[in-house]
Amino acid sequence: MAQFTKATSIKDWLNQRLAIEKVEKVMASEYWIPKNINFLWAMGMVLAITFALLLVSGIFLLMYYQPHVDLAFDSVNYTIMREVDFGWLWRHIHGVAASVVFLVIYIHMFTGIYYGSYKKGREMIWISGMLLFVTFSAEAFSGYMLPWGQMSYWAGMVITNIFSLGDLHLDGLVEWIRGDYVPAQAFLSRFFMLHVLLLPLVIIGLIGLHFAALRIPHVNNQDGEEIDFEAESKKYLAGDKAGSKVMRFANDFMSKDMMIVGIYLIFFFYLVFYNYSFALDPVNFDPADMLKTPTHIYPEWYFLWSYEILRPFSVNIGLIAFGFAQVIFVLLPWLDRSPNTVPASRRGLFQIWFWLLLIDMIVLTAMGKLPPEGIFSTIGLVAALMFIVLWIALPFITMNEKKV
Amino acid sequence: MHNSSRRGFMGRAFGAVAGVGVVGSLVAMKKSWDPLPSVKAAGFTTLDMSIYPEGELVTEKWRGKPIFVLKKTAEMIAKQTESQKARGVIIGDSEFMVAIGLCTHLGCIPSYNAAEESFLCACHGGMFNWAGEVTKVPPPRAFDIPPFKIEGNNIILGEVGPEYKAMKDSGITL
Repeated sequence: MAQFTKATSIKDWLNQRLAIEKVEKVMASEYWIPKNINFLWAMGMVLAITFALLLVSGIFLLMYYQPHVDLAFDSVNYTIMREVDFGWLWRHIHGVAASVVFLVIYIHMFTGIYYGSYKKGREMIWISGMLLFVTFSAEAFSGYMLPWGQMSYWAGMVITNIFSLGDLHLDGLVEWIRGDYVPAQAFLSRFFMLHVLLLPLVIIGLIGLHFAALRIPHVNNQDGEEIDFEAESKKYLAGDKAGSKVMRFANDFMSKDMMIVGIYLIFFFYLVFYNYSFALDPVNFDPADMLKTPTHIYPEWYFLWSYEILRPFSVNIGLIAFGFAQVIFVLLPWLDRSPNTVPASRRGLFQIWFWLLLIDMIVLTAMGKLPPEGIFSTIGLVAALMFIVLWIALPFITMNEKKV
Repeated sequence: MHNSSRRGFMGRAFGAVAGVGVVGSLVAMKKSWDPLPSVKAAGFTTLDMSIYPEGELVTEKWRGKPIFVLKKTAEMIAKQTESQKARGVIIGDSEFMVAIGLCTHLGCIPSYNAAEESFLCACHGGMFNWAGEVTKVPPPRAFDIPPFKIEGNNIILGEVGPEYKAMKDSGITL
C-alpha cells in the first residue's frame, strides 16, 4: 500500500490521493506543442468551446422541449421562444452553434489536409476526426427533427428513405428505423433519444480518442518539420526557452489559443444576437404536414456538397456516388502515397489537387442550394464527377511526388 | 501450464456466457425498434370509389402516406396505352389511377398539374404522367400501387386482392 503522511496543505492532501501535480504536468504544462504553428491550430479549441456551448444551451432547451408530435412544434416555437425567459437565447445559441460548428470542422479538416497532418503516425487522429464528423452529422440531423416542422418532417422522410438503398428496396429496414410506415411518434421519440443521449455519449468518447491519438505523434507544424519532442522539451526545461522548438500547452499555447477563441466568440455572439436567421429555416416554422411536401427540400448548408453528389444521378448510381463521398475522406492517409509530410505549397501537383478539391466542394455546396434545373443541373453534375475523379486521381498524383 | 489452461477454460466459459448474452440483447434491441402492433393494426383504409369526380386528383391517406386517386376521364381511357391500362383499377364501369403519392426516388410528394395531366416532384425534379409513369428521372420507376382489395364499390387498402396480386406478379408494381 502507498504511504500516506499527514497532509501539509489541501494541495498536498490531494496530491497524495490523486497526484494532481503529475496530472497537471502530463495534461498541460509538460504537454509540448511546436512553436511554428499559426492561428489555424486553434480550431481544435474553437471546436471544443463550440461543443460546450451546444451542451449548455441544449441542457436548457431540454427542460422545456416536449418530444411529442402534437406538442413538439409549440414547445419550441411558443414555450421556449416566447414564454421561457431567455429561451430564445438558448435556441439561437444552439441553432447558430450547430451551423458554425460545421464551418469550423471543415476549416479544421482542410487545415489537416493542407499540412499533411494525417500522415506518419497521425492516421488515428485523422480517423477519429472523421468519425467525429460522421457522428456530428448524425447529431445535427437528429436535432433537426426535433422542432417537428415541415423541414424536419421531410428531411426525416428523405434521409430515412436513403436506407432502402435504391433497387435493393429495403423498405422493411426503413420502417424499422422509423418504427412506423412514415416518420411519426415512434420516430420522433427515438431520434430525440439519439440526439440527447446516445450520440452525445459517442461524441464525448470520440473526442477523448481524438485527443489521445495526438499524444504520441504530437501536433504537426506548419513547416512539416520533424521535431524531436524529447530533446526539445529537455532544452526548454533546462532554461533555453528561446532556443527550444516547443512550448508548454498551458499556459503558453493556451494563451494564444484563447485569444483566437475570444475573437471567435465575438463573431459567434454577433451571429447569435443579430444574424441568427440563417440557422433557422423559414420553412421549418410551418408545423409538419405529412400530406404536403415543401416546394424545395434542401439540407442545411453543411450537407449540401454530399447532397449534390447524390442528386444529379439516377437513384442507384447516385447512392453509390453518395456512399463514395461519405467514406472516401477516411481513406485519405492511404490514398496519399507520398512520403512527404509538408505543406501542400511544397508538394507540386498535390497543391493543385488540394485547391481543386476545396473549390469543387464550394461549387457543389452552391449548386446543392439551387433548384435542380437547367445550367445548375449541368454544373452540379460536372462538379460531382470532378469530386470522384479527384479522389481516384489522388494516389497517382502522389505516387510520383519527389521527396522534399 | 496446468493453471493457464484452467484460466483459458474460464475465459472461454465466460466468452460463451457473454456471447449468448450479446446475441440475446441484440435480438431484444432490434425487436424494441420494430413498429408497434398498434401501428401495424392501423394500417387498413377503406375508400368508397363511387364518390370521386372524373379527372380530378384526390389525395387520401393510408399508413400515413398520401394515396393519389384519379378517376380517369373518357378522354384518358380512349388515349391510354396498354401499360397505362394495366396500371388502372377497374370498379364497375369506371377506371381509376390509384397509387402511393410518393416519388419513387426519395419519397417527396409530387404535385399534380391538371392542365398538363402530369406530376412534378419538387425535390429533385422528377416527373410522372397522369397514369403514374416516369417521364423524367431521377425516379427509378412508376408510382407504387398500394395493396388493395375490391369489394363492391369499395376498395380496402392494405389487403391483397386478386387484381393487386396480378399487378405484383406481372411486375407493374413492387
